[in-house]
Amino acid sequence: MKRFIGFSLALAGVILAVPTSAQQVPPRATAFATAPDIPFESVPNFLTLPPNLYLGEGIGVARNSKEHIFVFTRSGDTRLFEFDQNGKFVREIGKGLYGFAMAHGVRVDSQDNIWTVDEGTNMVVKFSPEGRVLMTMGRRPESVEGVEPTPGVAPGGGEPYRFNRPTDVTWDPAGNIFVSDGYFNSRVAKYDKNGRFVKSIGVRGTEPYQFNTPHSITADANGNIYVADRNNRRIQVFDSNLVLRAIYDHVGAPWAVCISPGPHQYLFSSNSNPDNNNSLLAAVAGEIYKMELDGTVIGKFGKPGKQIGEFSTVHAIDCRNPDELIVVEITAWRAQKIRLKPITPSSTR
Amino acid sequence: MTRALKLAALAVVLAIAPVDAQLSIPEIPYDAVDPIKLPDDIYLGEAVGVATNSKGNIFVYTRTGTPFSTLGTRRTFSRGGGARLFEFDPSGKYIREIGQGLYGFLFAHTVRVDRQDNIWVVDEGANMVIKFDPEGRVVMTMGRKPEAINVPGGTGGGGGEDGGGGGRGRAAGPAPTGPPPPQGTGVPGDNFNRPTDVAWDAQGNIYVADGYGNSRIAKFDRNGKYIKSWGSRGSAPGQFNIPHTMAIDAQGLIYVGDRQNNRIQVFDGEGTFKTQYVNVGAPSAICITPGPRQFLYASNSNPSTSMDNGEIYKMTLDGKIVGKFGTAGKLIKEFGSVHEMDCKSENEIYVGEITNWRVQKLTLKPK
Repeated sequence: MKRFIGFSLALAGVILAVPTSAQQVPPRATAFATAPDIPFESVPNFLTLPPNLYLGEGIGVARNSKEHIFVFTRSGDTRLFEFDQNGKFVREIGKGLYGFAMAHGVRVDSQDNIWTVDEGTNMVVKFSPEGRVLMTMGRRPESVEGVEPTPGVAPGGGEPYRFNRPTDVTWDPAGNIFVSDGYFNSRVAKYDKNGRFVKSIGVRGTEPYQFNTPHSITADANGNIYVADRNNRRIQVFDSNLVLRAIYDHVGAPWAVCISPGPHQYLFSSNSNPDNNNSLLAAVAGEIYKMELDGTVIGKFGKPGKQIGEFSTVHAIDCRNPDELIVVEITAWRAQKIRLKPITPSSTR
Repeated sequence: MTRALKLAALAVVLAIAPVDAQLSIPEIPYDAVDPIKLPDDIYLGEAVGVATNSKGNIFVYTRTGTPFSTLGTRRTFSRGGGARLFEFDPSGKYIREIGQGLYGFLFAHTVRVDRQDNIWVVDEGANMVIKFDPEGRVVMTMGRKPEAINVPGGTGGGGGEDGGGGGRGRAAGPAPTGPPPPQGTGVPGDNFNRPTDVAWDAQGNIYVADGYGNSRIAKFDRNGKYIKSWGSRGSAPGQFNIPHTMAIDAQGLIYVGDRQNNRIQVFDGEGTFKTQYVNVGAPSAICITPGPRQFLYASNSNPSTSMDNGEIYKMTLDGKIVGKFGTAGKLIKEFGSVHEMDCKSENEIYVGEITNWRVQKLTLKPK
């Protein structure tokens, strides 16, 4: 009988894995029903671009210490734009760069260096605050080899100095570099501040220390590393030696995670509506959670949609100011500045 | 000291003995700077080629930008945009771009400057060697860019530089008669298959290392007329497994960095094998200094997938190691897969790095 049940469950699992839209709809995030709503507004006409420049898919966003905003976009070529604190266009960085083919993430470190992660060239590039290349990690496949085969999924962790569709980068207070890698590899790789490989953890799977698309990564002031294990619908928290400390599985599929600075740090995680425009999936996703670092949910905000103040597949969050976030969206080709307001009794259901 | 301790100490000595032997090669002290200063909107990519001319101007041939290929055409055509050639003054100040949008700039491999200050680039993607005059105009082309590219289907490695050659399987001419030649000999002429380097002897004869697809050295007269070629894929003397870099001394001897065979092979101008040096790792880049007393530098570059090795050896032309310097890494003075060296001056060397997207000027300070 026991064996029979096991077999039935396995069979059910196979059936559930059949990729038809009706069967793929996950449940609401468990925190959704109880999390208070955080009132917010989206600042209108936030970014101003020159007439001849357009954003494509809003993939990466980060602010530096001067609150300048860096947006990494899939726009014809993949491009990196800098805006001032008022959203006025300043310049393009890395025009035509060999490391730009398919944007995935941009982050700014504590020294205002700008780091891009490109899942097309398999490269992480560190720019100085002035926008010059300081360090490169990984290597773009040689074009002379022609078109690479379309990758499937890798069971293993990958090589020390080669990424395969990496997604994001973060640092601990000592400057060690952590790369989430990524769609093809399923691992988190650690490097010292000079780019020398230290260690790597993870293979594809659903167990602790395993990943199914580690999609976003961030760190707190104590050097704990938060990995958004998106397709496993959980955040895995490691210390800076990559020893697992906690798993948060109550806030849906974390597309984008961000931790605010300051003495009291907050963790933001976006349970984004998927980018396949499936209305069934969008109906149970789209909100962003604000949490304490221990995973306690403070509140949530946002819902899917194309209007200003709604979210169209949030792909990155900047939370340098935890009361004024910047989000970029894949399907809406835009960045929004989101001002959070205090939770009042009337704002809570 | 107890007996156990003595034994332990002895074991330590024995364990490090082989390392000690290697350390007996003198380390050459050196300084390094990144001299290149680019305009705000120009970036180097992989700095695979670097050379200087008689005025000390620096030429960098880089894999940058994104090479394009057409979709929606019956055959797939590659467009330019994959490689760029920049000129800098001796201080590293940007002067100009040469060959912008050139038909043969697809996937950079090396740049060399001859004694008349002509600039030669070797493009591994276009399968071409292109000679520019000092003003930057094309004066001769060798090889021909494939009309269209093969886009491989679903399987295969795409491993890049470490995967070995194999080329892209293009038909190389009319159907052969008789037994096929050994792999890598190429067709007689300048139908290159992923060529890697170019050099000249005192008469101006041109030698092309060819390359990843073919495994040969091809010789042409000064006007580009084919004379002969030698070599095939293999590890015997006179065979190659990626002839990756090449230099010629004042006597006309040809030094070929036979990278995947971990050796430098030396030939005379007729292709007769003379000797080989097997003590300097995998030579990714070699150069020979001018002057009455010539030296040979060879870089045992780290592959892009590791930080192993990376040291550069200084040798006399007979293969005796004079000293070595450097190690793999990303910091200044460290090397990220050195791909070409220029040593027009014995103690002032330029290196171009693949993985660090950087050119460094090294000043050696031999004791």
